[in-house]
Amino acid sequence: MSRQSNRTTDSKKMNSELFTLTYGALVTQLCKDYENDEEVNKQLDKMGYNIGVRLIEDFLARSSIGRCQDFRETADVIAKVAFKMYLGTTPSVSNWSPAGDEFSLILENNPLVDFVELPDNHSTLVYSNLLCGVLRGALEMVQMAVDVRFAQDTLRGDNVTEIRMKFIKRIEENLPAGDE
Amino acid sequence: MADEVPFQFLHNEVIQYIYKSADSGDTEHGGDISTLENMGCRVGQGLVERLTKDTARFKDELDIMKFVCKDFWTCVFKKQIDNLRTNHQGIYVLQDNKFRLLSQLSAGKQYLEHAPKYLAFSCGLVRGALSNLGVKSIVTAEVSVMPACKFQIMIQKM
Repeated sequence: MSRQSNRTTDSKKMNSELFTLTYGALVTQLCKDYENDEEVNKQLDKMGYNIGVRLIEDFLARSSIGRCQDFRETADVIAKVAFKMYLGTTPSVSNWSPAGDEFSLILENNPLVDFVELPDNHSTLVYSNLLCGVLRGALEMVQMAVDVRFAQDTLRGDNVTEIRMKFIKRIEENLPAGDE
Repeated sequence: MADEVPFQFLHNEVIQYIYKSADSGDTEHGGDISTLENMGCRVGQGLVERLTKDTARFKDELDIMKFVCKDFWTCVFKKQIDNLRTNHQGIYVLQDNKFRLLSQLSAGKQYLEHAPKYLAFSCGLVRGALSNLGVKSIVTAEVSVMPACKFQIMIQKM
């Protein structure tokens, strides 16, 4: 009797579960290694940043998306192309500031927290802080300095997960002297 | 497929993290290969639980191994094991000719000494998967030419 291999359809789902579970194992390890949540948040952000600066190349290669005209277009690309491509979910873009330099990504479901419940003694842990680092690192590589933080999180009982992004400045390229 | 990219990047960061804290001599925060292996084990347990929820009961040990080589490997590493051998006394050797987590590394001899870092998590994955299928084991990996790699599974009799 041979086992039926009818799992091709949900292999995509399994792969995202592999990512989710691995991320969970990492956060658990960090919580063991560091004494307070602040340190864990910082470490997650740092690791995210390292991923972001590399991920952007993969993203540009795969999506063949060109230069964005303004921050609004950037926001749309992040939500509709990048999140969809890598996390399989499309957040909505909203809450624009009047100056157009700040917006929110609203995630209906966040794959990172699929199997997660926060224990009471980790009330200040920003579980998905890796994402902030990824966004910051990736945008830095395309000459944009941004501030990214979690404004709401379903893990702490909010209805949605909200990532707040603020444009700080355009990073000027410093070419070495004599290099055109 | 783009959805395997996040895992690969994350895997690299995990390795970086574990080894950086070990290098700085920080034993409290530090880790080594077994930390990495244990993380993999926990993930393997979770994964196999999800993966087998609709499958029939396994006949015997060999049936379990075939499942690991086919379904489990395809889910995690996007291909099947290329060769499965056993001495019928509790040792199985799984050969993967193009192991996914090594395929991004240079194929020469230069980085061969770094290969174990990139395999420890996967050894843990296999051990965790098997343990939740009721098989206690020790899993080791060896590489002679990248990106091919052999996993040796030693079954521990209960």
